[in-house]
Amino acid sequence: MEMTTPKDLTEALTAIDQDPDAVLLAGGTDVMIGVNFGETWPSHVVGLRRLAELTAWEGNRIGAGVTYRRLEKGPFAALAELSRTVGSPQIRNAGTIGGNLGTASPAGDALPFLAAVDAEVELASLNGRRTLPWHEFLVGVKRNAREPNELIVATILPEAMPPRQAFAKVGIRNAMVISTVSACLTRREDGTTTIALGSVAPTTIRARKAEAMISSEKSPTEAAIAEFGRLVSEEIKPISDHRSTAAYRRHAAGVLAKRLLERCL
Amino acid sequence: MDINVRVNGKTYTRDVEPRLLLVDFIRDHLAMTGTNIGCDTTQCGACTIHLDGKAVKSCTVLAVQADGSEVTTIEGIGKPSALHPMQAAFQDNHGLQCGYCTPGMIMAAIKLVEERGEMNDDEVRHGLEGNLCRCTGYENIVKSVQAAANDMGVAHSPFEADPAAHHETLREAEARAAARSHE
Repeated sequence: MEMTTPKDLTEALTAIDQDPDAVLLAGGTDVMIGVNFGETWPSHVVGLRRLAELTAWEGNRIGAGVTYRRLEKGPFAALAELSRTVGSPQIRNAGTIGGNLGTASPAGDALPFLAAVDAEVELASLNGRRTLPWHEFLVGVKRNAREPNELIVATILPEAMPPRQAFAKVGIRNAMVISTVSACLTRREDGTTTIALGSVAPTTIRARKAEAMISSEKSPTEAAIAEFGRLVSEEIKPISDHRSTAAYRRHAAGVLAKRLLERCL
Repeated sequence: MDINVRVNGKTYTRDVEPRLLLVDFIRDHLAMTGTNIGCDTTQCGACTIHLDGKAVKSCTVLAVQADGSEVTTIEGIGKPSALHPMQAAFQDNHGLQCGYCTPGMIMAAIKLVEERGEMNDDEVRHGLEGNLCRCTGYENIVKSVQAAANDMGVAHSPFEADPAAHHETLREAEARAAARSHE
């Protein structure tokens, strides 16, 4: 195995431009598990831990190398809330939001937040930069739109963030597990509501029909809240796997949707 | 690859394979075997160390990623004659049974207490969610951490007072023990 430890962004971009097969290593919480299990044998690893450009966080532009530990203490309520549920303190000291985007797992805990607020992903290569909306970036199970010569450098949140936001997830224990269902909901003063869910489809998804229904309700009745939950559980596309069944995921998604909405009213 | 890592206050320069894990570097190259390997996959927390002042699981960090960094292991926080308050609290409160998880528990607990100070049972348990005890001896681990939180308000780690003076590798400790037994 060859290891490159670039000192700045240009060195990192040059390294991946020359070797499109290079594996990018940030916090190591995903990549290194695969290495230790013998599932992946990277021939070339590019370490990103020390790149100052990636750890920068200014306002609504969060560098890809910002750890969950920092996000826990940040100003974005649901992002801070979800960050506190990731892994364990040691994992939160290592894992980064860029790593979550890079792995693009349907269960990535930061992704429902990024989807619920309509965040963008900034990519850089030696040829320049481009920005993609989250739904064009996440394209499938553990697949994203990053080209081999590109680096995820930041995620950009919209200027006007929803004042009310909440996150919840279900797993087999509180710590150190991969989510069975996760959800992030936001609501604005005028009733506009968004909800994004993880682990219930090939990528993180928004439940748009449910959003449209509840956004028109200024003060939702109990019946409207129940209907919102029903629509969410209907709209997702869960599978049965070693973590749970499709039926349980539908049920749990509906429950989480109702609880999150009640918290944001 | 040549790396420079400052471990427990002393700088080590070594030529290592890029594939080498930080925990293996600490154990095999520096002969500090206080840090245990439990699961290799960040589940158990036995290998918790401080990397640049933050608790991390050293089984999923490459040694070369720690180049230029500051590492503290269980060997660096106290010594037999002057235990760190957290070590003393684990001893006083029977915070260990088989002891395998203890170095990781202590390293995680030190950072937890530094950040949070005194905590109730739930807060300690939540704060140590990344560390598993295979003996399930959590009751006394929680008591130990609470006792240490009380003590750490006044006491200081001997390592912080004088980093160089308290560094001792296993080999040095063994040599010292051997010399003592011949006396």
